Amino acid sequence: MEIPYTVKPRPDTGLYNAKIGIWLFLASEVMLFGALFSAYILLRVGAPDGFWPDVPTAWPHGLLNVPLGTFNTAVLITSSMTVMMAWTALKENNFAKFRKFMTVTLLCAVLFLCIKGYEYNDKFTHYVIRLKDGSALTGHLEINGSSPRFWTEDTLAAKKLESVEVLQDIPTVLRYPSGFKHEEVAHEPGEHHIKREIKTADIQSLRPFVPATGTFFAVYFTMTFLHALHIIGGVLVMGYMTFVGGGMWKTEPERYTNRIESVGLFWHFVDLVWIFLFPVMYLL
Amino acid sequence: MSLKTFHIVFITVCVLLLLFLSGWAFSNSRQGGGTLDAVWGSLALATAVALAVYGQRFLKRLKHISFL
Repeated sequence: MEIPYTVKPRPDTGLYNAKIGIWLFLASEVMLFGALFSAYILLRVGAPDGFWPDVPTAWPHGLLNVPLGTFNTAVLITSSMTVMMAWTALKENNFAKFRKFMTVTLLCAVLFLCIKGYEYNDKFTHYVIRLKDGSALTGHLEINGSSPRFWTEDTLAAKKLESVEVLQDIPTVLRYPSGFKHEEVAHEPGEHHIKREIKTADIQSLRPFVPATGTFFAVYFTMTFLHALHIIGGVLVMGYMTFVGGGMWKTEPERYTNRIESVGLFWHFVDLVWIFLFPVMYLL
Repeated sequence: MSLKTFHIVFITVCVLLLLFLSGWAFSNSRQGGGTLDAVWGSLALATAVALAVYGQRFLKRLKHISFL
């Protein structure tokens, strides 16, 4: 028995099966990301006033790399345009053009993931250091010319280090919604870090920028990692449809075009999530 | 909703984001961020205009495809 409405739309809904399926799936995704965005808003509104890290539970600002985030946004917008052009190419019966555009889309997706990986790595080597005199600072550790990941004060004790070199962030470059935080740390114009040595005995705690370090990091990693998982899923499906499953174009071109439309809808949704994530995490 | 309609929604949201980014950068520039932020804001504004033009051309090109 042939399954109806795999190609032609159902007369009452005006939609073919796959389109109804993908929209039901996207509705569930809206609920998933909607819940996370709601949690973000509540946690942020509930955070106490003050500058992080001076106030440990305050909401941090300016910790993410805005130029990289903007570039990644541009990459995803480009990928949405190319997936659209790929579908249009199929509508015009041009499979070769479709493949070219899908390849560009896949490359954009991989580039996005690489940049996100670079950003994650930077966070794993970035630390908040609380000293016994009550002050706090952020920066990268420099141990034998490299930046170690995931160290804590226990790691310092285990390695029996007497002191550590820190590339301290200059807080004046950290932006806040109300402007720039003015800090008395002396530095040259244009300088973003100051190298200083801190005795291990003076360190109260050493925490990398990982989810366990604070609410902001927990929210940031949860939402961006979930989004990255969706990107990986999209890459797998688009890669399969373009290269392995492309033979369907010869036997059932209309059905194949509909499948690409469903993939395109998913990809647009994933990109739309990022369009909301970027200002919320990087700018505000 | 077809991919065409969703694409138009997506491009509209992107244009709004770029306008916001532009405002954010210009505001930073006024608060001491310097020339770089002004350039950043101008680039975002130019990209927003370019995307809006793209959206309009795209609509014209795909007149024959349904919104549903």
